[in-house]
Amino acid sequence: MHSHETHLQGFPNLIQAIIVLPFLISLVIYIVAVIYSNRYKKRWSHFRTISWILGHICAIATLIGPFAELAHINFAAHMIAHLLFGMLAPLLIALAAPMTLLVRSIPVKMARRISCVLKNRYLTLVRNPIIASIFNIGGLWLLYTTPLFYMMHESLLLYILIHVHIFLAGYLFTIAFIYIDPTPHPLSYIFRSIVLLIALAAHSILAKYIYAYPPNHVSPIQAEMGAKIMYYGGDVIEIGLVYLLFYQWYKSTRGSNLAKSIPAK
Amino acid sequence: MTLSNTYTEKSHKHEKRFQYGQRNMWTGLMFGLGVVAFIDEVVFHQLLQWHHFYDKSTAKIGLISDGLFHAFSFFATIGSAFLLADLHRKHGFWLKRWLGGVFLGAGAFQLYDGIIQHKFMKLHQIRYNVDIIPYDIAWNVIASLLIIIGIVLLVKTNQLKR
Repeated sequence: MHSHETHLQGFPNLIQAIIVLPFLISLVIYIVAVIYSNRYKKRWSHFRTISWILGHICAIATLIGPFAELAHINFAAHMIAHLLFGMLAPLLIALAAPMTLLVRSIPVKMARRISCVLKNRYLTLVRNPIIASIFNIGGLWLLYTTPLFYMMHESLLLYILIHVHIFLAGYLFTIAFIYIDPTPHPLSYIFRSIVLLIALAAHSILAKYIYAYPPNHVSPIQAEMGAKIMYYGGDVIEIGLVYLLFYQWYKSTRGSNLAKSIPAK
Repeated sequence: MTLSNTYTEKSHKHEKRFQYGQRNMWTGLMFGLGVVAFIDEVVFHQLLQWHHFYDKSTAKIGLISDGLFHAFSFFATIGSAFLLADLHRKHGFWLKRWLGGVFLGAGAFQLYDGIIQHKFMKLHQIRYNVDIIPYDIAWNVIASLLIIIGIVLLVKTNQLKR
């Protein structure tokens, strides 16, 4: 780190701990809910529990410890952190079906109230794939093509706000396309496919744009490396998203196939 | 199981292919497009390292085109694999027509890459520090051949349609 990034200092450990706290709490709550609801309901899938734990490990690793420090001063490490925190962690957390677990762990009355809240018009609107994509990918464009990226490392408040946004937007983006939890007002596969395609393209374009035009105070060499990590690393997670979307389509059309083939025989 | 039984079972597997003629073509097209873009990435970018990740003379429109096709390539590969599985499930797979789509899709992408992306948008060249003309000719001739094979297969299977 001989470039002009040396003056960027990591934030105090206490602040890091405060950012990590919500993740630790949700990790514990989930596990408690699994153990509690398993007592009188069908056994909760281990796959989901593991997915939840891995998702939290990804998120926490980027927020605290030596890797978080490195991500603060090295742009390539920052990009790995972005992939883990903004893409992989939200995907793993969405796959863990937290809402399903919540609804089955609480009394029916409360569950009904929660499902009413989830059907709320505002929540349906932000879960629209176009809106979710603008929040997620649009937010990234804003971060990396304006001085915001530099300001984030200077201001504690911005740092926290942006990280909260990146994670929530990543989660919103995932659940806008992949329906794991019960989803009121589902949208067609073809619509979701087209929007996802454009959103993923915008992510790739941004990666190459960063390669060509490094963000403020990032050296070209680091920007080039970071851009390649964003481009190819993003692919890996995006391939997972696309696979899940088509897999859900494949499963959902099976029913109609069977229905059609029965009278024919 | 007797021989005749296996025979009827085999023809039964593709009995509905004429109903799904168009779908076979589109599934093939997507697969061809996706796979050729994948080969381009693996062979020319990674193994040979002839292509560059970013060329200093790239036009902005080139970045957009590259991003769209890059996303579309893995999208189409995965999607067409599921569509293919669905065709099999429906007993509607038609190899010849599907292959027609694959060749046409592969050729179309390569021609687009060779003419529009490499030449007009200057995304990157096939190879650097060499006489580029023979490379360009070979690239685009192969693309045209793939397109011709694809069209021939599609026209042939189109006549078979009832």
